Amino acid sequence: MLAYVIKRILSTLPVLGVVAIVVFLLLRLSPGDPAAIIAGDNASANDILQIREQLGLDRPYLEQFFGWIGQLITGDFGYSIYLKRPVLQLIGERVEPTLALSLSTMAFAIVLAVPLGVLAAWRAGTWIDQTIMAFAVMAFSVPVFLIGYGLVIQFSLTLNWLPVQGFVSIHKSVGDFIRHLVLPTMTLGLVYTALLARITRATMLEILNEDYIRTARAKGLTESRVLVLHALKNASVPIITTIGTGLALLIGGVVVTESVFAIPGIGRLTIEAVLQRDYPVIQGVILVIASVYVVVNLLIDLSYSLFDPRIRF
Amino acid sequence: MTDNPLLSVDGLTVAFSSPDGPPVAAVQELSFSLNAGETLCIVGESGCGKSLTALSLMRLLPRPHGMIGAGRIMLEGRDIATASEADMRMLRGRAISMIFQEPMTSLNPVLTIGSQISEMVKVHEGLDETACRQRALDMLKLVRIPEPERRMDDYPHQLSGGMRQRVMIAMALVCDPKILLADEPTTALDVTIEAQILELIQDLKQRTGTAVILITHDFGVVAEMADRVLVMYAGRQIEQGTALELFDAPTHPYTQALMAAMPRFNAEGAQTRLKEIAGIVPALHERGQGCCFAPRCEKATRHCFDSMPPLRLMAGEHSVACWHAGSPQERHP
Ligand SMILES: Nc1ncnc2c1ncn2[C@@H]1O[C@H](COP(=O)(O)OP(=O)(O)O)[C@@H](O)[C@H]1O
Ligand SMILES: [Mg+2]
Repeated sequence: MLAYVIKRILSTLPVLGVVAIVVFLLLRLSPGDPAAIIAGDNASANDILQIREQLGLDRPYLEQFFGWIGQLITGDFGYSIYLKRPVLQLIGERVEPTLALSLSTMAFAIVLAVPLGVLAAWRAGTWIDQTIMAFAVMAFSVPVFLIGYGLVIQFSLTLNWLPVQGFVSIHKSVGDFIRHLVLPTMTLGLVYTALLARITRATMLEILNEDYIRTARAKGLTESRVLVLHALKNASVPIITTIGTGLALLIGGVVVTESVFAIPGIGRLTIEAVLQRDYPVIQGVILVIASVYVVVNLLIDLSYSLFDPRIRF
Repeated sequence: MTDNPLLSVDGLTVAFSSPDGPPVAAVQELSFSLNAGETLCIVGESGCGKSLTALSLMRLLPRPHGMIGAGRIMLEGRDIATASEADMRMLRGRAISMIFQEPMTSLNPVLTIGSQISEMVKVHEGLDETACRQRALDMLKLVRIPEPERRMDDYPHQLSGGMRQRVMIAMALVCDPKILLADEPTTALDVTIEAQILELIQDLKQRTGTAVILITHDFGVVAEMADRVLVMYAGRQIEQGTALELFDAPTHPYTQALMAAMPRFNAEGAQTRLKEIAGIVPALHERGQGCCFAPRCEKATRHCFDSMPPLRLMAGEHSVACWHAGSPQERHP
């Protein structure tokens, strides 16, 4: 087990390395010069050159890259060009809203998608199944921001039940914290719910045809016991795998959702940084997100053995 | 025949609904009965409708297309064919249990052996955790699983096929059912294990008094186990009687062919198959109005192809559906 974990962690290093290279190059090769943006519209070419020198942007790419990697190894993510503050500190300040939104979205999606998927598989081919799957296709194909604006118009502007936008820290007021999270969670959660419900249904359909399900029924068990205890437990590995890989979808969605609802999270931080060509911040955010993705999926892989005794590391 | 059989099946028809056209019958007009403590063997090649017959008794036909088209299945004064789903749940596992052909896949891979057996006791008898576990453990001992305490917490993949079938038997019998349905329980196992499992079923049957319906395609197994025999071909019963009657005077050409194909041991002790039956069981939609076996039958005449022979009583309890079966005895009501 420990050997497996170490091996897995080591094997993620090249992945993160590639991410680092790609981000670095993408930023350097895309148009837009942070020096020019900092200097402002009235700056002379000389001013800009000076700023570039100050930021080290005039040095060769290789030198810049290894300088950055060298810093990273010591745990230093550098300073924001714009705000002149450590990148990690900036990220730290923005973690709460993003973490809250991601976790609530996952919880929302799991609680909704798993029963829907099970129900659809159990009643495969009937109108129940067709309705659930039609919903899933719809939720999957409508863009996140449209869902967001639709919900805002209905629940905030028309019914006045929930705030239009913003975020309140859980430390300030738990009630307001929740009220501000409801619409963003639903907005982001629907896509994720659709994905999970489809995987749950497909997996359950297969499992419900297994011999051991026939055995469970032959034992005189109730359908709910057959479905939950005997079938769903067998479906859990594919389902949690989808939860993990769907994280990528979630991260993209977080950026959009935070913008729609003006939530000061990491998504917004990323957009601001991109607009300002704040290289260190962009690089830092993306590396952190990539690491989170990798770690979460490692944890998910490790959890397999909890759900399926045949899996051992 | 006893006046009050434990189970009596009368005119059972199993059909599959099809998207285009009327339902297709896979089992037709099957009638038989089973007395307490008796072993009935249902024999026939693959595709003859044996499993569907067993599954109808459990009301577990493949969903959503399989259904009981007609007939009655009377068990303890109740008709299984029309019983409510709630009633069926009470019967399954408690009055009538089933074990399957595929021991490798019939146990739930993510639940322990112990929990799968004790679940039965919990659901049907509502005993507490410790009592259920104790019953499961006793059952594992009874089916002669080595180191039963340790096996309780094992998962199915840690057991061999033969051991898994023993676990299935333990599970099926833990609530003391009146009938055990065994659908080719040894087909997937090798010969030595097969003998052990059959011996175990025989032994448990004697101890518990459970009646057994044993499905097989092998007359060797029938010879070992059966009190009575029902031979099926293409969804119909074509010969039926006590084991004595059938082995004494196998009458239907299909029964004769199956017996000839029975595995025997030659002088060196190696198993040989004497004679395979040429041809295959016709598919559901290929079954005409004549005798379904006619295309493969040496004795078949025009008449056989044109009309279906009825089941006729020959002697005692022995009945046969064949135009060439000689003169039947007059039926006494
Ligand atoms: N789910 C199903 N859908 C359609 N036809 C089926 C299904 N299951 C079985 N059949 C048909 O019913 C016939 C009898 O099947 P079965 O009872 O499994 O035979 P046996 O157990 O004697 O080998 C087969 O010819 C098969 O084609
Ligand atoms: Mg079968």
